[in-house]
Amino acid sequence: MAKIIVVTSGKGGVGKTTSSAAIGTGLALKGHKTVIIDFDIGLRNLDLIMGCERRVVYDFVNVINGEANLKQTLIKDKRTDNLFILPASQTRDKDALSKAGVEKVLNELAKDFDFILCDSPAGIESGAMMALYFADEAIVVTNPEVSSVRDSDRILGMLASKSRRAEQGLDAIKEHLLLTRYNPERVEKGEMLSVEDVKEILSIDLLGVIPESQAVLNASNSGQPVILDSESDAGQAYLDTVERLLGEKVPFRFLTVEKKGLLKRIFGG
Amino acid sequence: MSDQTLELKGSLFPLSVLSCADLSVNALRAGLSQKLAQAPAFFYQAPIVLNVADCRQTPDFAAIKQLFAELNLVLVGVCGAGTELKQQAQQAGLAALQLGKDNKAATKTSAAASNSNSVNNNSLNNSAESATVAMDAKIVEQTVRSGQQLYAKGTDLIVRGTVGAGAEVIADGNIHIYGTLRGKAIAGAAGDRSKRIFCYNLQAELVSIAGNYWLSESLQGEFWGKSTCIKLQDDQLVLAELG
Repeated sequence: MAKIIVVTSGKGGVGKTTSSAAIGTGLALKGHKTVIIDFDIGLRNLDLIMGCERRVVYDFVNVINGEANLKQTLIKDKRTDNLFILPASQTRDKDALSKAGVEKVLNELAKDFDFILCDSPAGIESGAMMALYFADEAIVVTNPEVSSVRDSDRILGMLASKSRRAEQGLDAIKEHLLLTRYNPERVEKGEMLSVEDVKEILSIDLLGVIPESQAVLNASNSGQPVILDSESDAGQAYLDTVERLLGEKVPFRFLTVEKKGLLKRIFGG
Repeated sequence: MSDQTLELKGSLFPLSVLSCADLSVNALRAGLSQKLAQAPAFFYQAPIVLNVADCRQTPDFAAIKQLFAELNLVLVGVCGAGTELKQQAQQAGLAALQLGKDNKAATKTSAAASNSNSVNNNSLNNSAESATVAMDAKIVEQTVRSGQQLYAKGTDLIVRGTVGAGAEVIADGNIHIYGTLRGKAIAGAAGDRSKRIFCYNLQAELVSIAGNYWLSESLQGEFWGKSTCIKLQDDQLVLAELG
C-alpha cells in the first residue's frame, strides 16, 4: 500500500519544493519506488529543482482531464532509479484540480508506488487543501522564525480538521516537523528561534533539521536535488531525515556552532 | 470467527419527550411553532419522543411525522403507548419506547401543562430541575492551532494542550488551559462577570472576561510566562500567580 506524504508549510519560500525533491530522491535511493507530484499549479517549480524541465510534455491537469495517461506524463528521473516526477501545469490555475480527479490519479499511482510525495503550494487555499486532503503523513516545513512557525501551526490545524482522515474519522495524519534554513550561529545570538523553541510551540515530532547552506542554492540552480551532494551538510541532513522517515533512529546533527579552532580554544575568544 | 465489522451495543441517549394533551396535528403545529420560535437553533433536527400516555383520541402518526419533518424535528418514536397505539406507531415507522419509572410520574404531572418538554436523560430530570445540575464542561484534548476557534456555549472550556498564536478559545463559563496560552481567551462571553481564566503559561494575545479585555502589551510583565489566574474585580482585570 502506497504511503501518501504531503510536504506543506503554509508560508511560501521555506523550502517545500527543495525538501520534496531531496526527500523523494532519498526514498528512491533507499530502494523505494517514489513519485513526487507538483501540486503548485500555475507556479511550476519542481521540474526545475529536479532538472527535468525540458522533458515536461504533459502535466497533472492533463491527466485529471483525461487528455493524457499517467504513463505518458510521468517523468523518470535520469539519475536515480525508482524515482518519477508528475509535473504541475504552468498554464492553468489552482482551481483546475478537483477532489475526485486528484483521488483518481492518487489511486492509480498507489498501485505502482511505495511513496507518493505531494509538494504543496504555499497558502491555505484550494491548491494546498487538495495537496494535503488525501495524505497519510505530513512533513511540515518550517523556518526558525515566528511568521513561518505561526503558518505551520495553521496548517497543522487544517491537517487535523480538513483532511480526508479527519473528515472520515480515521487515524489522524502523522505529523513531522522539518526545520530548514537553520543557522546555529544566529540562534546563539538570539536572532533565530532554536529547535527547542519551535518544537515547544508546535508540539509535534521533529523529523529533521536542515542547516542553512550554500549547497541548497547551488543544487537548485543546477537542477540537482541537494541530497545527491553527499559532501554538503544540507545533503547529509536530508539523508538523516529520510532515514528517520523510514523509522530509523538517527541522532540530530548540525544543531550547534562548529567547534572553534585549536588556537581560539587555547586563547579564548 | 466473530464478525469484527458489526457491533450492537446498548446505549443511553438524552432525548426530549413531548407531552401534550391534544395530539391533533393542528394543536401540535400551533404549540410547537410557538415553542420553536423561542429557540429555533436549539431544537434544529432534535430527536424527539412523543408521549401518548395521556392522549384521548388516536393520533394520526403519519401526519405527525410529516409535521415534525416540516418543523425540522426528528420524531424517533413514541412512549407510554398501549398495545393498540404501539402497533399503529410501529406501522408508521416509529419505535415504541419504554419510559423509565421515575419519569413516568414526572410526565404524568407535567402532561397536564400542554407543550411541556421533559428531558429524558440518565438522571431523569425534567427541564425545570436540570438547572441545578452542573453542565458538563467542554474538554479539548489536543492543541488548539492558529486559526481555530472554539466556543463552549453555556459552560466551561478545558484545554489540555496549548492554544497557539492566532487561535481563539471562548466560553460562557471559565476557561482552563493546561498548556501555554498564546492566542486569545474570552471567558464569560455571555456577560458573566464572575468567570475566570486559568492558564499554565500566560503568553496571550488577548484575555477577556465579560467584555473587559487586555492585550498582550499590558500582559507582558510580572505574570508573562507564568501560571496565572485572571479574574474581574471592580471592572478591572486582576492577575494572580497560581500555586
